[in-house]
Amino acid sequence: MRRRLPDVTVYDLRLASPLALFFAAFFAAPLAALLGLSLKGPDGTLGLAQYAAFLGDPFSLGVLGATLWLGLKVTLVCLILGYPLALVATRAGGRVRGLVILAVLTPLLTSVVIRTFAWIVILGRQGVVNGALASLGVSGPPLRLLYAEGGLVAALAQVQMPLMVLPLMTALARIDPSLWDASEALGAGRWRTFRRVTLPLSLPGLIAGSVLTFAAAISGFITQSLIGGGQMLFMPGYIYQQAIALQNWPFAAAMSVIFLVAVLAVIVAFNALGRLARGYAQT
Amino acid sequence: MSRPPGALDRLSFEIVVALLAGAALILLLAPTVIVLVVSFTDGLSLRFPPPGYSLRWYGELAEAWQLHFALRNSLTVAAAATLLSVGLGVMASLAVARSPRLAARLLDSLFLSPLVLPALAFGLSSLMFFSLLGWPVSVTTLVIGHTVVCVPYVVRNTVAALTQLQPVLLEGSASLGASRLYTLRRITLPLIRPGVLSGGFLAFMASFDNIPVSLFLRDAATDMLPIRMWQDLEGRLDVTIAALSGVLIVATMAGIAVMERLTGLSKRLA
Repeated sequence: MRRRLPDVTVYDLRLASPLALFFAAFFAAPLAALLGLSLKGPDGTLGLAQYAAFLGDPFSLGVLGATLWLGLKVTLVCLILGYPLALVATRAGGRVRGLVILAVLTPLLTSVVIRTFAWIVILGRQGVVNGALASLGVSGPPLRLLYAEGGLVAALAQVQMPLMVLPLMTALARIDPSLWDASEALGAGRWRTFRRVTLPLSLPGLIAGSVLTFAAAISGFITQSLIGGGQMLFMPGYIYQQAIALQNWPFAAAMSVIFLVAVLAVIVAFNALGRLARGYAQT
Repeated sequence: MSRPPGALDRLSFEIVVALLAGAALILLLAPTVIVLVVSFTDGLSLRFPPPGYSLRWYGELAEAWQLHFALRNSLTVAAAATLLSVGLGVMASLAVARSPRLAARLLDSLFLSPLVLPALAFGLSSLMFFSLLGWPVSVTTLVIGHTVVCVPYVVRNTVAALTQLQPVLLEGSASLGASRLYTLRRITLPLIRPGVLSGGFLAFMASFDNIPVSLFLRDAATDMLPIRMWQDLEGRLDVTIAALSGVLIVATMAGIAVMERLTGLSKRLA
């Protein structure tokens, strides 16, 4: 009689319990504490007073709106520049591909403070951009790039671009190159092949990259505070200000919950959009 | 019938793609290059290109004891958080990687969720939680907070390595009479080592660079390097920070090169 071999490829799920317990204690419980504290009203009673205060205040709503809008703009810039880079790297293969990956990895692993610091050097009054304009003979006062939205979007796009390019490269590498040849043989040009074959097939990577870029851009506290300066306020800076400078913990907690829910809503929307587009591409 | 697209279609597509990809590369690399060049200035300002070159700011860096203190704290916390992340993360990855059960899928998503969650909200909630418990902030609370945000890197890379592992190798080992533990030790762990190493490397870098969690969980005794740099930059633009950035950039690139050798880091990420 043949002895049944134990299935060695699957491990006991109980091996996950140390990390699961760790997450329950130090991830889920803190978030529960956050939720609990956010329900504490100014007079100590339980209720939704903090939420009402945030949602009834046009200034606070404006900060939330500006934060989500900033995230979308950064994601779009990363997509427009990152997609072609991923496409070139995937098609090139070999040495070029390796070089592009290193070019993407180096900034990804360089400290965010350093990358942001570089943008201060580039965008400042005596910075690279203003210096170049002056030496080209463009007269007038130096451009205000630091503490301005355009500069912030550029800096955040650089900081988050690797998060877009890497998933896109993974998705593009999975496409069978013979599909491109087939599309061309059937008479579709490059643009049409891109629109009808490459883009739909790369959607999973595009969605994953967009979600990561968006999430990182709206919570990019350091870049927001150093490049945006005091004039532009976004949710992370607002939460930090309320929690640390004003010690208004219940309000900061309610803001954090609203921020978390807004982020999750946008991520769900991204994913739904992806499914919708995939369904459309298959018809 | 429409005419088949001609050379113009091909040319315009290739030019647009090449231009945008080139712009992306410049955007990615220029800031690093500019910081490196500026750090060798002999002047007091962060002008680019610098008026002259010298090593004076690297000399100043050697005297900056506040930065040394913060660097030591950051390295300690990052090392501890990485060890904890790898230990907990690898065990959890073994459990969830090949399991067909729904619970495994849910746990996998849970362990990866700190990646998309705004870390600042998590940092604040940790501070509230520890103060409810009456735990003062310390190196321990920092390590715990960092581990939560670093574990996803270990889990993602280890799970990926485990899914690429050929099941037939494990079955072969078992059919030759090896116990489960022996198979794990002699077959599974050596084969997934590159994935674990690159996950650990990314976890270390994520902890070393973390601000949103450290911001809430440290005090004067546990000053962390990125926070010290951030606060220095808010106050005044200091060329010493440029020199420090230069050192860190070179150290990071060396780390990437070593990891590329050991684990094929770039293949793992793309």
